[in-house]
Parts: sequence; structure tokens; C-alpha cells
Amino acid sequence: MAIDQATVKKIASLARIAISDAEAAAMEGELNNILGWVEQLGEVDVAGVEPMTAVIPNTLRLRDDVVDADPLTGGGRRDDVLANAPEPQHGFFGVPKVIE
Amino acid sequence: MTDLTNLTVAQIRDGHRAGDFSAVEVAEAFSANVAAAKALNAFIVETPEHALAAAKTADADRAAGTLKPLSGVPIGMKDLFCTNGVQTTAASHMLEGFVPRYESTVSQKLWDAGAGMLGKLNLDQFAMGSSNETSYFGNVISPWKRKDGGNAALAPGGSSGGSSTAVAARLCPAATGTDTGGSIRQPAAFTGISGIKPTYGRCSRWGIVAFASSLDQAGPMARDVRDCAIMLENMAGFDPKDATSLDMPVPNWEAALSSDLKGKTVGIPKEYRLDGIDPDIDAMWDTGIAMLKDAGADVVEISLPHTKYALPAYYIIAPAEASSNLARYDGVRYGLRDLPQGAGLQDMYAATRADGFGPEVKRRIMIGTYVLSAGFYDAYYTQAQKVRTLISRDFEAAFASCDVILAPTAPSAAFGLGEKMADPLAMYLNDVFAVPASLAGLPAMSVPAALNREGLPLGLQIIGKAFDEQGVLNAGLAIEERAGFTARAEKWW
Repeated sequence: MAIDQATVKKIASLARIAISDAEAAAMEGELNNILGWVEQLGEVDVAGVEPMTAVIPNTLRLRDDVVDADPLTGGGRRDDVLANAPEPQHGFFGVPKVIE
Repeated sequence: MTDLTNLTVAQIRDGHRAGDFSAVEVAEAFSANVAAAKALNAFIVETPEHALAAAKTADADRAAGTLKPLSGVPIGMKDLFCTNGVQTTAASHMLEGFVPRYESTVSQKLWDAGAGMLGKLNLDQFAMGSSNETSYFGNVISPWKRKDGGNAALAPGGSSGGSSTAVAARLCPAATGTDTGGSIRQPAAFTGISGIKPTYGRCSRWGIVAFASSLDQAGPMARDVRDCAIMLENMAGFDPKDATSLDMPVPNWEAALSSDLKGKTVGIPKEYRLDGIDPDIDAMWDTGIAMLKDAGADVVEISLPHTKYALPAYYIIAPAEASSNLARYDGVRYGLRDLPQGAGLQDMYAATRADGFGPEVKRRIMIGTYVLSAGFYDAYYTQAQKVRTLISRDFEAAFASCDVILAPTAPSAAFGLGEKMADPLAMYLNDVFAVPASLAGLPAMSVPAALNREGLPLGLQIIGKAFDEQGVLNAGLAIEERAGFTARAEKWW
């Protein structure tokens, strides 16, 4: 099914990407081209086939339920976490005002 | 004295151990090559100080008798691996200036093994591309030129294009790559080097900038099969920080290398014979078959009936996962923030992502968002995942009658920069032979096999059973020994 420019803008909005009319127009053709090509998957008979969830059989592990089990990914790293923040403020991530 | 930058990883390791040269000499020689190769644009950041520090440690360790597996070997690190204190960008504007406060598991393992870092290698933006033309930091140029007297700049392949160019141009003896749908194998083939993508889960993904998590796998790129084995041994291994990491011992792949294929069966997938393909590719494939027979292997034709659907399935699954993974770039926690005057939070997200992502990344996020959206999820995403199951079953069935599969790595030699950028679909089709093994999570490698009529390298691909990297490496070695591929790009940079 072909998508129109309004749909392109809706997708962009869902993806949180600002897009101009000209960009939406250009992307309409590109996306239709790609989506038209992947449509051929519809001709594959998948009756009774389960969608793949794990490519290599593996079991999910649980780690011990302790604080800071791994010091790298545990807590107490506030300064490291904020080190690359565009707008750190008072030990938090700063964002524009959300509530008027 | 020999030019140290002509040595392989094994030769550097062994020569350093024997006292033929110091690690500092090696690091300085490669750093000089890196500094003199700006025209190739292979590196985003150069870190000669890192390589030098590791080299000094290696020399001290030699004196103390405490050498490690990669002592004295400087390498290149694809700029998709987070490196503590060194900018990591994924070749994007979004992460320009991002300096991780932690080290990826794979890079940490390499440093622990004694390797040093020459720099961070350029790539396609967020590893999305097959020609290294989507990098925010400019195209990487292949060291190779066509033999037609022209001077066309050629693509080094992608996404690991900085890695392939750097190894081929002797800027580093080995480099890390990552492979989501061919991003190690295709650039290796384009530049006349070797590269292996191991079984999904062999190398930890922790600290690698995520593209498509069910497909992403790290692996080495180097000049020969032995070097790939050495590097992979020092990159692979269980990591509790990656939920999909394989909890299996890492085999001693180098020690078990053997090009004697007696008793082995090689499968030739009939669906990989494409109509209208470059005759040089088919001729190389036939030569490869003869080489493996010569090594003692039996050759059988096999069928992978869903091959044709692998690429369209990939271009649903990978963008879907990418759209989800890249949702993290919101201008709040790290990376770029674009806050237009008076804008609110939603506008900041949209402006940041419009500014921080390049066109190909946006295209894939948009496709992924669409195929995951309400009403289309089952028709696209679920269908693609079912097809993926069928592709995986194809391989299972084929491996009942063979041990490894031999095929070309790519449908053509390196193309010129700009030749395929106007048509995203034409670019995607370059991954046709690489993507099926990625979807099935299987180990696969490319080894240089021949030059085409234009004097450009072509690669043969070996696909193995899950966990059988050894079988892949051994078949690769059998080809390497018989192909005698010694061609290298003439230095123009």
C-alpha cells in the first residue's frame, strides 16, 4: 500500500523528527520505493511458522538481587551519568519548561 | 630494516616476543602511517598516545616476562565502540563530542590483552550504509583504484569502511568491525582483506552503539585468516552485562587452524547464482570451489529456498530495531541538543533529531516507525520475523548435508563513490549475499580470492554452523593458501 505525504508527516511526528514539506515530498517517493519492494514478503507462505524471537537459542539469566552487583552499571555514578548531558542542572538533567 | 607496517598481527606478536623490534617502534611506525593518510579519511580521532602507552607497557612486560596475547600490537577501533575518555560518535552529528565514561567490553578485552589503540575509525553513520558515504565526518576513500587509468574514488564498503581502508592501507595491522547485515564482510571484500563475523552472542554488545540488537555482532578485520583468529580470541567471551551473550568458553581458534579439509563437505547454494551477475564474481566462485576440493573437501549443491526474501526481511527487521534503539537520542541525557527559541520539550526532541541524524538514518527510523505502527505491525514486522524463521530453517536443513557454505561476499567489486547514493534500494541490494547469515546469527567470513578485470579485489564468503567459527576459519585458510592473494593498493595518498 502506498503512503502519501500526510502519512510521511505522521510517521515523522511519531518518530519525533522535524520534517519540512520539501523533505516529506522527497521521502514519500523513497519510502514508497522501499515499502513497495518489501511487499514481496507477503507472497511467502508462513502458515504455522512462529516469528523468530531469538536467533541463537539462549536462556535469560537473572543476576543476584543485590545493590550495585556490578559497580559499572550499578548506582552511585551520578557525575558520570551527567558528564555528557547537554544541560545538567543541580545534579539533574535540565529540560525546557514542561508545565506552564 | 623491514617496514614494520607490512607485518601481520602474528608477525608483530612473534617478532616482538623474539626481540626483533620494540613495541614502541611498531606503534610509532603505524602512527606515522596514520598521520600521513589524511586523504583516506579513515580515522575520526587519532590516538597515537594510547598506542604508545600500550607499546611502552608491552616492552616493559617483555623485559619482565609477562607478555600478553596482543602485547605490542596496535589496532584501529571502529568508532561504534565506546572508549573511556575518547570521543565516540558512531560517525554522527548526534554524538559529536560524546566522551564515554566507560569502556565497551570488546575494546576492554583487547586492551587487557595488551593491544594499543591508534585511533577511532570512521564508518557509516550509526553503521547504516554499505559504502561509508553516510558518515557525518565525510566519506572514507578506498586505497584501491581501478586499473583503467581513471582516478575515480572508490567506496571502501560499509559500514566498517574506516576499518577496511585502514587495514588495506597498512595504517593498522588489524581493526575491529561490527556486522549487522554484512558490515564486516562486504568492506573486507571491497578492500582485499579478511574479516569474520562470529556467531551472534560470541562478542559482547555492551558498550557498542546499538543499531539492530538482534543482528549486531562485533568481529575483527585483518590481513589474513590467522590474524582474524588471534583477534577474535581476544574479543569474544561471555559478558554478564549483555543479556544475549553466549555463556560458552572461547576456543583456541588460532592453535586449531588447519587447511586440511578432508572429510569436510562444502555446500554451494544454488539460489546465490544470480541472473545477470558480474561474470568475474561467478568465475571467482568457481575457482573457490576448486580450491576447497583441492584442500580435500567434498562439494555438494544445496538449496536455501528463501534466500530471495532475506533482504526485504532484513530491511524491515533492522530499521524496526533501529527506530526503537535510536529513540534514546532525545537531546536530554547525552549527545546533541537543538532547542529552538521558545520551544517546548516535544519541539526540542524533533529539532534535535532532525539536526542530529543524517538522511539514511532518518530514512531507516521512519521505515522502522512505520512497520511497527498500529495496523501495520503484523503485515510487516511479524511477517518479516516469520520469514526470518524460515531463512534460519533453510540453513539448518542445508547443514544436514554440509559443514560450511561457500558463496561470494558481494555481488560486485567496489563501486565508485556517489554511484549508488541516489538510489537507496540499489545500495541495499549490495548486501544480498551477506544478509542471510546475519538473519540466522551464523558465523561468516570474507577472504580475498581474486582481482577482477579492473584490478579490484573480490572476496569469497564462508558461512558456518552456529558456534563453528573454527570450520569457517579453516575453510578460509584453505582458500587463502591457494589464492595466494598478495595484491595491495598502490600508494597514492
